[in-house]
Amino acid sequence: MKNVMEIKDFYFTYPKAPKPTLKNINLNIEENKITALIGPSGCGKSTLLRSLNRIQDLYPGNKYDGEILLKINDKMENILEYKKENKLIELRQRVGMIFQKPTPFPMSIFDNVAYGLKFAGIKSKSEIEGRVEKALQGAALWSEVKDRLKESALGMSGGQQQRLCIARAIAVEPEVLLFDEPTSALDPISTAAIEELVVELKERVSIAIVTHNMQQASRISDYTAFMYLGDLVEFGETEQIFLNPKEKQTEDYITGRFG
Amino acid sequence: MRFLINKIVLGLSILAALIGLVFLFWILIDLTIKGVGAIDWHIFSNDLVNNGLRNLLIGQFMLALTAVVIGVPIGMIAGIYLQEYSYGSKYAEFIRNLSDVMMSAPSIVIGVFVYAIVVNPVGHANGWAGSIALAIMMIPIVVRTTDDMLGLVPKELREAGIALGAPKYKVIFDIIIKAAKVGITTGILLAFARIAGETAPLLFTSGNSQFFTMNMNQEFPSLTVAIYNLATMPDENLVKIAWAGAFILTVFVLLINLLGRYVIREKK
Ligand SMILES: Nc1ncnc2c1ncn2[C@@H]1O[C@H](COP(=O)(O)OP(=O)(O)OP(=O)(O)O)[C@@H](O)[C@H]1O
Ligand SMILES: [Mg+2]
Repeated sequence: MKNVMEIKDFYFTYPKAPKPTLKNINLNIEENKITALIGPSGCGKSTLLRSLNRIQDLYPGNKYDGEILLKINDKMENILEYKKENKLIELRQRVGMIFQKPTPFPMSIFDNVAYGLKFAGIKSKSEIEGRVEKALQGAALWSEVKDRLKESALGMSGGQQQRLCIARAIAVEPEVLLFDEPTSALDPISTAAIEELVVELKERVSIAIVTHNMQQASRISDYTAFMYLGDLVEFGETEQIFLNPKEKQTEDYITGRFG
Repeated sequence: MRFLINKIVLGLSILAALIGLVFLFWILIDLTIKGVGAIDWHIFSNDLVNNGLRNLLIGQFMLALTAVVIGVPIGMIAGIYLQEYSYGSKYAEFIRNLSDVMMSAPSIVIGVFVYAIVVNPVGHANGWAGSIALAIMMIPIVVRTTDDMLGLVPKELREAGIALGAPKYKVIFDIIIKAAKVGITTGILLAFARIAGETAPLLFTSGNSQFFTMNMNQEFPSLTVAIYNLATMPDENLVKIAWAGAFILTVFVLLINLLGRYVIREKK
């Protein structure tokens, strides 16, 4: 088994917070697998996910300790050592992110999907068009939007917008995709479509997904990490975590005895 | 008892509103009657020397437009700095407060200030000084609207742009400003309406001119200063021109205000 990311003795502290929000996290993200992060609200799932592409660096004053390694050309690099903006830009091109609420940009559907490409150094018009089509197909959206690529993305339904965001993220061909509760703002049918899509995507990318939906985690993930109050309580194969948890806390949480 | 107090307060409020409305309509009706009566083709095709308004209308517009060209970029850049780049900076709150205080600074004070720093060194009133004074009036309004409207854009939109590997300034200029476009445009329109009818900042700065000119290094014609001067003239004909000018200016400012409000409503 090969890991695309390895989190080692990781601590995270928000600016001015007296104590770290994440403590001593050790976790691997395996290649072409789906790793689910579960746990009660406020336990630090989003914080951990947002450390993996350093998006929290948009706001100054965060403190990172330990290591987060990312495989780049078969070598593991510690992304916490990145200081310059262009290193962080490269990191985010390798590690994409989808948010809870769909975040279409106020521009056409085509321009939304093409947005990341120019920063990845892709200039040729025909290549951009090819990549946009491929990404929309990959996000199971092409047939619905191929005749309205020039229309504003803001006119799409919520489920379509979320798939557009996925298309936008996969257009730059990242190695890892991070999903932070991607279906919690969607109806059941759109949710099913996104779930199906996520499973298909693991052929091409490695995935970490935060979810509050236990069924969702058990349906789609290969590995599950249970977090509680900033600690990683238990990590293992999804089947084992759900059928045979080692820790009492994990069992209580997934059986719904607290949450 | 409570019922009675309610009635009295309601009555007083209605009375106060009525008094305000009565004066407003009195002014508008008076202005319309005297203004419309004074408008004819002659005043649009002649300059003030020949009892026309042409140079004044064009001059006023030039002054205001130049003020927009100076004031909007400065105001927007400051607003962008405050909302997007000033996290945790002690100075940000200070600049915000200062800008708000500037917004309520009496316009005559701004006029005198620009007189001291621009007109005095040059030695004579000129169009640039007038536009600078108007720009100074505009900047705080633009700063405030830009700051507020950018603040309404959800932070997830910024994060989504950054997460695609875009540099921060690109995200701001490609996405965030676009998302706040309507609000910022409205703010600029209202700021424009605000300065388009100002007299006090122009009085000592751009002076006035009877002739048509596009040279902003000279004394520059403007409708508002001309109305101020003409209104007290003994010549009845000149007073009539002042009425026409006042009417045109009021309609113009009203239209921009309506346009601004219309843009806001369209958005919702
Ligand atoms: N910007 C911030 N500054 C300071 N503390 C924060 C910040 N964001 C989150 N926290 C705190 O960090 C802890 C973990 O938050 P986080 O958002 O990671 O939880 P979560 O597991 O994703 O919760 P949820 O399931 O509700 O999304 C919480 O106690 C929260 O209050
Ligand atoms: Mg969260």
